[in-house]
Amino acid sequence: MQSKKTRRNIGREKLRQIIEACKSIEERALDPFLIDIGENIATAKQYLPDWEIPEDLCLDAETIHHLASVVKLQGDWVKHRSTSLYTDPFLLSEKIAKLDRVDLARIFLQVWHPTVELEQISLHSIAEAMRYWEDLLPLSERWKENAPAEAEIGVATREELVEQKILREQAFSEELEGFWHELQAKTEKNGMDGKIRYWDFIGAETYEETVNRAFMTSFLITYGYATLEIYPLEEQTFIKPNKEPQTKTSKKQLISIPIAVTIEDWTKWKRGELE
Amino acid sequence: MSKRKAAYASKIKRATHMLFFKRHKKPGVKGWELRKALGSDYPKVLKILDDSLKTFDLQVKTVFEEEKPVEKPSLEQLDRARFLITLRGELTPKETKMIGWRIDDIAGLAITIAHIISNKGKAPRKEVEELLRNKLPGWKVGFNIDRYIRYGYLTQDDAGQLYLDWRTRAEVDEKKLINAILTK
Repeated sequence: MQSKKTRRNIGREKLRQIIEACKSIEERALDPFLIDIGENIATAKQYLPDWEIPEDLCLDAETIHHLASVVKLQGDWVKHRSTSLYTDPFLLSEKIAKLDRVDLARIFLQVWHPTVELEQISLHSIAEAMRYWEDLLPLSERWKENAPAEAEIGVATREELVEQKILREQAFSEELEGFWHELQAKTEKNGMDGKIRYWDFIGAETYEETVNRAFMTSFLITYGYATLEIYPLEEQTFIKPNKEPQTKTSKKQLISIPIAVTIEDWTKWKRGELE
Repeated sequence: MSKRKAAYASKIKRATHMLFFKRHKKPGVKGWELRKALGSDYPKVLKILDDSLKTFDLQVKTVFEEEKPVEKPSLEQLDRARFLITLRGELTPKETKMIGWRIDDIAGLAITIAHIISNKGKAPRKEVEELLRNKLPGWKVGFNIDRYIRYGYLTQDDAGQLYLDWRTRAEVDEKKLINAILTK
């Protein structure tokens, strides 16, 4: 024979199972008739005399509460199915799938009675419009306000144009030639085997100047004033000045080589850490 | 014209203005607004107006707050209801083009409303989108559902569930729609 304690434990477990089943019906909108209300009420009734402590009585009350919710869902379900609007969703989906757009539109037009509505201006918006009109300045005044400031006509000096980056200090070709000579001089002084490390040539005091030198160097290479030598395994790039600009088009396929000049690399180069 | 007739004629004119011209964001007028403007016999005024509108294939439509139609409404229910002017008869496919609806849009609306009705008044938006994708180009599906929501045919909650909104209740004969689809 079961002891009272074991019976209570089994009873609690059964009530919890009933609550869980009811909850899943409520939350997942399953068929509420999956639960046998009569049987579950009988279970709750069977264990009711065993409950002594308030927690157990609360568990019993909660069970009845959830069973009542399921009964309500069953009522709603029956009500919905008994209305003329009830349609099996599956049956309707099948029908919809078979009908083409034109048929569906025609059906809808038989049951659709669109609203007739006319837009109108309200008293409130008329009042607001009148206030706006009263506060609105005449065009002559508004245009006067927005007239652009008159600029004095004068002559700009070359220095001013250079300052505004409209003109360069030297013609580009002159600048490029100067840069080439600088490359030759630097290679002779700091280079090895007639070439110099790329960063040793383009590196400057400021990052901006470094970028500008990298930009000019790209033209030195493109216009045949210098050649780029890249050693991928060693990850080293050299620039080699040509003795004369090579203007002849090479038979080899010309390629573009992107070289990143990042601020991190520049900082490393400044510290002498760039390999 | 007797005084009584003249009074009714004036009330009908006033009701016509109130019902035809859009006064709020949603078209139509609430019962309590009509009572305030026309007096407590406004249901009778609306009845006369409705009869006069038959000639023009229009009708005064009552949309109750309750989801289901009310057979014998109380004065309180009428006060809370919305009154609108709708078409009494049917539109032809050609006429729908004139009011800015393409055949695709109408078919999509029909499918959406029918699906929601058959699912006890609500359906996940994703499910409706999937259903529409069978008949409409994919890019149009979301756009159309948003349009139905904007016009007041549908409403959507935070969980992405779609429900029928006031305009469907005002303009669509739901029972007839389901029957028509099933018997086609």
